[in-house]
Amino acid sequence: MIIHHPLLGPRDAQEFVYLGDASLIDRPDWQAEDAAGAFHDYLYLRDNPAGLHRELWFHEQGDRSWLVVTRDTTTHEITSVELARDVARARGRSR
Amino acid sequence: MTVQINRVDGGRVDRGQRIGFTFDGVRYEGHPGDTLASALMANGVRLLGRSFKYHRPRGVLAFGSEEPNALVELRRGGRQEPNTRATVAELFDGLEARSQNRFPTLRHDLLSVNDLFSRFLTAGFYYKTFMWPRAFWERVYEPMIRRAAGLGSVSLEDDPDAYDKGFLHCDLLVIGAGPAGLMAALTAARAGVRVILADEDFEPGGRLLAETHVIGDQPGADWAGQVLDELAALDNVRLMPRSTVIGAFDHGVYGAVERVADHLPAPASGTPRQIFWRIYAQRAVLCAGATERPIAFANNDRPGVMLGGAVRAYANRMAAVPDRRVAVFTNNDDGHRTAADLIAKGIEVPCVIDTRADAPAVAGTDLFAGAQVIGTRGRLGLRAMTLRLADGSTRQIDCGALAVSGGWNPNVQLTCHQRGRPQWDDAIAAFVPGDTLPAGLRVAGAAAGRMSTHGALESGAGAARAALADLGHATVAPDLPRAEDAPVRLQPFWHVRGARGRAWLDFQNDVTVKDVTLAHQENYVSVEHLKRYTTLGMATDQGKTSNLGGLAVMAELTGKSIPETGTTIFRPPYTPVSFGALAGRSVGRAFHPVRETPSHTWATEQGAVFTEVGDWLRAQWFARPGETHWRQTVDREVLQTRRSVGVCDVTTLGKIDVQGADAAAFLNRIYANGFAKLPVGRVRYGLMLREDGIAYDDGTAARLAEDHFVVTTTTANAVLVFRRMEFARQCLWPDLDVQLVSTTESWAQFAVAGPKSRALLEKIVDDVDLSNDAFPFMACAEVTVCGGCRARLFRISFSGELAYEIAVPTRYGDAMIRALMQAGEEFDVVPYGTEALGVMRIEKGHAAGNELNGTTTALNLGLGRMVSKKKDCIGNTLSERDGLNAPDALRLVGLKPLDPGDPVAAGAHLMAEAGPVDAGHDQGYVTSAAYSPVLQTPIGLAYLKDGAARMGEVMRLVNPLEGTEVRVTVVSPHFVDPDGGRQRA
Repeated sequence: MIIHHPLLGPRDAQEFVYLGDASLIDRPDWQAEDAAGAFHDYLYLRDNPAGLHRELWFHEQGDRSWLVVTRDTTTHEITSVELARDVARARGRSR
Repeated sequence: MTVQINRVDGGRVDRGQRIGFTFDGVRYEGHPGDTLASALMANGVRLLGRSFKYHRPRGVLAFGSEEPNALVELRRGGRQEPNTRATVAELFDGLEARSQNRFPTLRHDLLSVNDLFSRFLTAGFYYKTFMWPRAFWERVYEPMIRRAAGLGSVSLEDDPDAYDKGFLHCDLLVIGAGPAGLMAALTAARAGVRVILADEDFEPGGRLLAETHVIGDQPGADWAGQVLDELAALDNVRLMPRSTVIGAFDHGVYGAVERVADHLPAPASGTPRQIFWRIYAQRAVLCAGATERPIAFANNDRPGVMLGGAVRAYANRMAAVPDRRVAVFTNNDDGHRTAADLIAKGIEVPCVIDTRADAPAVAGTDLFAGAQVIGTRGRLGLRAMTLRLADGSTRQIDCGALAVSGGWNPNVQLTCHQRGRPQWDDAIAAFVPGDTLPAGLRVAGAAAGRMSTHGALESGAGAARAALADLGHATVAPDLPRAEDAPVRLQPFWHVRGARGRAWLDFQNDVTVKDVTLAHQENYVSVEHLKRYTTLGMATDQGKTSNLGGLAVMAELTGKSIPETGTTIFRPPYTPVSFGALAGRSVGRAFHPVRETPSHTWATEQGAVFTEVGDWLRAQWFARPGETHWRQTVDREVLQTRRSVGVCDVTTLGKIDVQGADAAAFLNRIYANGFAKLPVGRVRYGLMLREDGIAYDDGTAARLAEDHFVVTTTTANAVLVFRRMEFARQCLWPDLDVQLVSTTESWAQFAVAGPKSRALLEKIVDDVDLSNDAFPFMACAEVTVCGGCRARLFRISFSGELAYEIAVPTRYGDAMIRALMQAGEEFDVVPYGTEALGVMRIEKGHAAGNELNGTTTALNLGLGRMVSKKKDCIGNTLSERDGLNAPDALRLVGLKPLDPGDPVAAGAHLMAEAGPVDAGHDQGYVTSAAYSPVLQTPIGLAYLKDGAARMGEVMRLVNPLEGTEVRVTVVSPHFVDPDGGRQRA
């Protein structure tokens, strides 16, 4: 597979390490009412879609960017690649 | 000089040169341009091997890589290679080839007795026969099956040749250099884009080399040569003969194996035997041609029964014929071409048997229209066949070879590597590429079902132009030379019915029409079941010549059409790939990298014994003359360190430089314990949890400045911790002002431990007061050593002694160890290795990887109170789950045997002093064990239920694996200096 890195252009998937569902960005608030339940869901519950999947890849043999890659799990077509940091900011993780 | 009795005129072999080779020890001669198969054929050798299951005599069936029968063993020693298709093995001087799967000889094979028992060896034989008794599975059946299975044998010697991997990029990859591929490559090459033309054969040209067709006004092979000359002169074109594209992978990545030196006795100096290429192609055109399929009839597997197109190719290209008298059996016009070409070569063609009642006449031979072959004779090769004529009468005809044509199947394999399914095309009675192709791939020529030469040229040019249009390149339509454009005229015909004897579908796995019938009777009717039950198409040829025949028989039996019956999925590789090519350079010592510590050279000089820790080589111990047992050495290293001073290379620990205004806030969220208030110039032990609350890694963080920390990790987790910290930095807290750099390899770091460590370091460190008041336990500083060399000094202790770690830039590591040892001479300093390091940390009760084993929490480790409840950090929320905080949770304890002569074994389990010994009564387990030279007894660290409250209890330590049971006392895990006085001294 080839991942089009937003900063570095097309790179072979072998340069990357795969982590999993991009929902791992949405780490719950530790002080929320049901923090234990929210952390449980965050850690253990994942969708396993046949189709578009947003997932985290780490450019370990490259610039060490974490990326959010949107990939179709049935065709491996990659429709978008974003810097995970930008995604995290957009999801309100700036603090 | 041997006589090549079946060599005819013409062809593309170089008669000017003779090449000697042997087959089963007999010497023959051939010419450059021959394959092993064609050279043996020219010499009149028809019997090449024995079949897999029934040990039936077999010869060559096909011309190219689709060959199922003619598998031979090549070469000797480390270069010995089994199961090589004789049809693709280029002849070279001195080639040694041997037949396989026969004993004692090819002509007299004992296991051919299997053929007599064939009625018991049908489909599902293994499943039905080897069921009972169960006790026989491992001891009787498996060894028996393993001995009978497989064809060739492997040499157990190392392969002396190198194999490489390489990377190529292009705008257009053209797969196959027949008429379609040549035209596609030419069209793209003239447009100036980067073109790769890969072809499996040693001579590109495809069927143009095998046919007598004319292109324009010249022979097809000459036209091919002219195009290749033009392509070779262009620097935007890379011609790759002897290169098989074996798979179409995601996003335009193709795998190709180039056989650089398979056609030589040994690779030229400095070159590899094969190269596995990864080709990144913007667009690709598949011009892989088509493969002919046989017709199944009784005893159709005798040597001499061949595919018609193959017979034609051997005659036209290799100037070799299987016999001087060759009959033809066909269901289509292509078989007539074979007859005509053979007659033109002066070969006697006694008849053409055509299953079609309205078959056209053939000049120069008899035509039996509406006839079928119902049997063959000849023990080790074809001598005669029996026909059933249209009127039902039978006739026997003598012939030494039979050219069979059942039609041609487009080579659609690569179009299916991304789950694409082929479609049925009634016009040619074969599957053609479907609608869903791998992205960027087009198909042209016979692979696309365009079976004429004109169709190939036209579709090759068209596919290249369409591909380049995608990429925004203008192309000029090439002038298409005039070429034959005969339609496919064929009446589907798969197998002869109503005849006695087995009719083979899959020659390599010995699958017959009867096996498919049996599978149908037993309801294995889905194609995937059919394949696995009968093993149809599961051999190394992946059923290139057999799959469709099997499907057609099953379709008849179920009353469905062939497309309704479906096909199995084609997967890479297209042809077998050697393990050497897959491994490339990653063999032996190069299988994984070796990392040497900065003191490696020095340690080698000292006679250190090394151990692998991850990729690192670390000194395990430093034996001295006279020491006869490793324990003797390790005990000395421990005692001398605790008595005076020892030095150990700890460079392998991971080091991460953390800088930024929010560095402290960041570490506070990474570690379970607090770091926000750590003063500058101080070090703190830190414990990292996983988000699920389990202990993950530990180390130290030293604060060198307000905005600058140096973090250490365990050796094993150095990469993983860094990855995780980057995840936290970028994904969880993207706006903290913090930067991370891995500095593991930037600093050489040495532990200097023991009561004399301060005195030693005072001789090394420049102008720094190391007194306990000025530089107390857990202090750190940036210093210089040895008169100005930059260094970092940490007062931390893994051994429990007064101890320091000193770090210098890696390039000074070797000088540093020598300086430390020299400065320590007056204290009798010892170097110690990982073994003594382990003993001392167990004596001190410090946790390591054995204790942080992925199942244990801070509470288990006795560090529960370290986990801050007042801040957010990874893992603290879920560490509070009930299940991890049970009142009788495991706690880290120490163990001592009541009798110091008894062993403590890591992994042994703790049981109450009385009561049953079983899993239900398990109280805990030993994680680390060592002999303590200080206490002169074996000791261990263990997790024990409610262990903190059970000090002094006597328990049984059981080790059922080795059958031992030892009585031990539960003690504090801090065996040495429990109150920490020494490290604070």
